[in-house]
Amino acid sequence: MAAAARRLSAASLPLRHHHLLLRPFASSASGQPPITVETSVPFTAHKIEPPSRLVDTTPSELLTFFRDMSMMRRMEIAADSLYKSKLIRGFCHLYDGQEAVAIGLEAAITKKDAIITAYRDHCIFLARGGSLVESYAELMGRRSGCSKGKGGSMHFYKKDSGFFGGHGIVGAQVPLGCGLAFAQKYTKEGTVSFALYGDGAANQGQLFEALNISALWDLPVILVCENNHYGMGTAEWRAAKSPSYYKRGDYVPGLKVDGMDVLAVKQACKFAKEYALQNGPIILEMDTYRYHGHSMSDPGSTYRTRDEITGVRQERDPIERIRKLILSNELATASELKDIEKEVRKEVDDAIAQAKESPMPDPSELFTNVYVKGFGAEVFGTDRKEVKAVLP
Amino acid sequence: MAAALQTAALLSASHNLIDPQRFRVGLLARSLPGRRGSIFVVRADGRTSGFFNAKSRSGNLITNAVATKADASTSSTASKPGHELLLFEALREGLEEEMDRDPHVCVMGEDVGHYGGSYKVTKGLAPKYGDLRVLDTPIAENSFTGMGIGAAMTGLRPVVEGMNMGFLLLAFNQISNNCGMLHYTSGGQFKIPIVIRGPGGVGRQLGAEHSQRLESYFQSIPGLQLVACSTPYNAKGLMKAAIRSENPVVLFEHVLLYNLKERIPDEEYVLCLEEAEMVRPGGHVTILTYSRMRYHVMQAVKTLVNKGYDPEVIDIRSLKPFDLYTIGNSVKKTHRVLIVEECMRTGGIGSSLRAAIIDNFWDYLDAPILCLSSQDVPTPYAGTLEEWTVVQPAQIVAAVEQLCE
Repeated sequence: MAAAARRLSAASLPLRHHHLLLRPFASSASGQPPITVETSVPFTAHKIEPPSRLVDTTPSELLTFFRDMSMMRRMEIAADSLYKSKLIRGFCHLYDGQEAVAIGLEAAITKKDAIITAYRDHCIFLARGGSLVESYAELMGRRSGCSKGKGGSMHFYKKDSGFFGGHGIVGAQVPLGCGLAFAQKYTKEGTVSFALYGDGAANQGQLFEALNISALWDLPVILVCENNHYGMGTAEWRAAKSPSYYKRGDYVPGLKVDGMDVLAVKQACKFAKEYALQNGPIILEMDTYRYHGHSMSDPGSTYRTRDEITGVRQERDPIERIRKLILSNELATASELKDIEKEVRKEVDDAIAQAKESPMPDPSELFTNVYVKGFGAEVFGTDRKEVKAVLP
Repeated sequence: MAAALQTAALLSASHNLIDPQRFRVGLLARSLPGRRGSIFVVRADGRTSGFFNAKSRSGNLITNAVATKADASTSSTASKPGHELLLFEALREGLEEEMDRDPHVCVMGEDVGHYGGSYKVTKGLAPKYGDLRVLDTPIAENSFTGMGIGAAMTGLRPVVEGMNMGFLLLAFNQISNNCGMLHYTSGGQFKIPIVIRGPGGVGRQLGAEHSQRLESYFQSIPGLQLVACSTPYNAKGLMKAAIRSENPVVLFEHVLLYNLKERIPDEEYVLCLEEAEMVRPGGHVTILTYSRMRYHVMQAVKTLVNKGYDPEVIDIRSLKPFDLYTIGNSVKKTHRVLIVEECMRTGGIGSSLRAAIIDNFWDYLDAPILCLSSQDVPTPYAGTLEEWTVVQPAQIVAAVEQLCE
């Protein structure tokens, strides 16, 4: 670990709270030699010239990718055991296997850009700057959760860093995302919105309606289809006549990306952001995979074989790819990487312990935040019967 | 004023039985006194069809409020009649029997086929009937509900499943404008014999968007019939009745009731869609409820009986139209009404029911109608908050005590 620390110190990484993800540094101003990596597969494009397969990165960025993805992987696995011990209840949709999309996306944009996604949102929340404690507290329904325990697994939000949730109804977040882009164009901020959805949601009508409007008005929105090939129990070929989701925009250009290769994701998102700011919407299809079932109540093996799952894990796992990259470029030793994983594990365990101690919400919280009221007002239910809460 | 005069005229004319013709829906199953358990099927156009005489059920009340763990086998023992099964299995049995009986019945929904249904209601049906009769749809509620309605216009009898009732909000336009209104706007040419079903209600920390009570949103749609099942017995009966009905029926199931176990008859039976179920006859107060709240009410009744009260509990089952016949007879007897529902206070089934009772039975009431409903808030995720959103047995006990003072 000491050798890695020496290497990392040259890049003057900011020492922030360890449970927040560190922003990857990609410029050569840090004095590190940039590494050029070729993506696993070339990009497939629809009605546009694809970006180059060669991606520039730095050692510190790769190490940050490794650390952050391990953190996400560990977080989801810990959430699995918390669910099985009934500390997390209801619906819990886990993201392990898809980490590269969240990390690669974050590496290409700023916190001023907006991201909106569906219910598989824990890791995107983390990537946007959310803390582990907030996440676990929310999952366990505690007061210090990011939505004060009132939202749950499917409703994580972080307004100050442009993360707009966290939505339970399939496909409903895409028109919202286009609306975010509309506001960005309206206020001329020079930022973009990424609306993430799955292959199941790609068949929702509202998506095409929103896409049509966005293309008509040249909104800076990027629709990202996280294609993990299964919409709960239905494989993509059984739900979609054309599973080439990047082509579904028809008049809107699209790019197909290997969603298990974080550098490819980063390249594609950077490319898409530049495109969207100039020309309007673009679709990115991330070819990715989820190891868990659709949610914790789905074993995930009734509609796909275990061989398929282990096959993807062996050949395409995003964390293993970065590990191999780091080791082959001799940026760190295997034991240093193992140390990072151990550190990450400890952080996650600490966060869970801290979250477990957080109290449940106060009963009066049942009635707060239903409406927005001015200060000094008494809050009534819609029937004016009872005083629910008095704001200070 | 007119309503009061009408009621007065009626009351002078009839004695013990309120004339069912008085109500808009011209048919009601007349439950003959002392013959609980036998059922009629009355068709929507007024004809009575067949006479399915099921073995009269003993009053075995299921008093645990939520899903019990599925026990071992559901096979019947030689000594007791009927067979034991869980509520989702009862729904499946009803569906399967109807699909066997009528080749026009088909099922469509998300993950109903190969996956077997997210709550296992359609498990095993796809291998048996094939992909065309048990359709796995893409996630496009608006479209496939609309397609189901279109198919129904030509004579098919689709059973559309919303994986969660909340998703059917995406299909609200289709359900309201096409499903509900087409029979009227076409001057009676098109019938829509569709069944729209799915689980709704507040579950175990499922979050705000997945804990919705759509019966309150759908109740204004003209042309629809709404029913809510609460036991395996009435689940199977209502499913069969809904499929056989020529009208569009929305069948509300509840996420927490799928694992209820009960012994149901082996013989075929179909329940009446518009009839309410007398759960516990009594004399002091009428408690009207449906779906999951029935179990909270029965839990409260245990306490109330110990305290010396004798509540009459009616599971209204039919949310649109209300079985004002059964309800009216009960109000005549007890003169006090408590409505316990899971809808939110504003605009729920309870508020409509309250209005209907006041319109029709005002003179029989000795006390204002109390209505216990869920709070007007999105259902929070935290377990403790979620509990406070919904009516709990203790509140029911307190309300009855307040009513009976």
